[in-house]
Amino acid sequence: MPPLAETVVALLLLCSGGVVLVAALGLWRLPDFFLRMHAPALASTLAAWIVTFASILHFSTRGGGLALHVWLIIIVLSITVPVTTIVLARAALFRRRQAGDALPAPLPPRRQP
Amino acid sequence: MSELLSLAIGATLVLYAVAMVIAMLRLFGGPSAQDRVLALDFVYVVGMLTMLVLAIRYDSEMYFEGALLMVLFGFVGSVALAKFLLRGEVI
Repeated sequence: MPPLAETVVALLLLCSGGVVLVAALGLWRLPDFFLRMHAPALASTLAAWIVTFASILHFSTRGGGLALHVWLIIIVLSITVPVTTIVLARAALFRRRQAGDALPAPLPPRRQP
Repeated sequence: MSELLSLAIGATLVLYAVAMVIAMLRLFGGPSAQDRVLALDFVYVVGMLTMLVLAIRYDSEMYFEGALLMVLFGFVGSVALAKFLLRGEVI
């Protein structure tokens, strides 16, 4: 494996670790559930893409030809993550409305011309 | 495997572990049920990324199938829990 490819793989892995840590901090620090829903998307899109690129690079420079099967994980994630997000958001909206919150917040009254 | 790559893999695994611990705090102390489901989904995704990093670490493609299964089971579990929160029944 050439040293340049190893360096690039190492940098990509460190970037993915940082992105996942930022996502976890967002999950911990953000004040409301609907704000907190945004944070894990960082891990399941950007970090997953970065790790997939690192994995493809590592297994392709090993000498066995192009290894693109890790791409399947990206395809499956891009199908499943929006479904999970929309179902969970609808469940949260339903539960908050059952609890008596006016969600989303009402718009300000429109000015009459 | 060079010194740099094994060091970077170790640092990445430590960062993933810290992220999972923070998500566990949200999972066990989350104020509402949907927070816990969200944190569990996040922990599933981080575990899948850990499997991919371990595939690079041990230079084996067997971990790929494990990662794919983790994606699928995480999806099924999260959707089932969210449906349960929505109506109180899964199907």
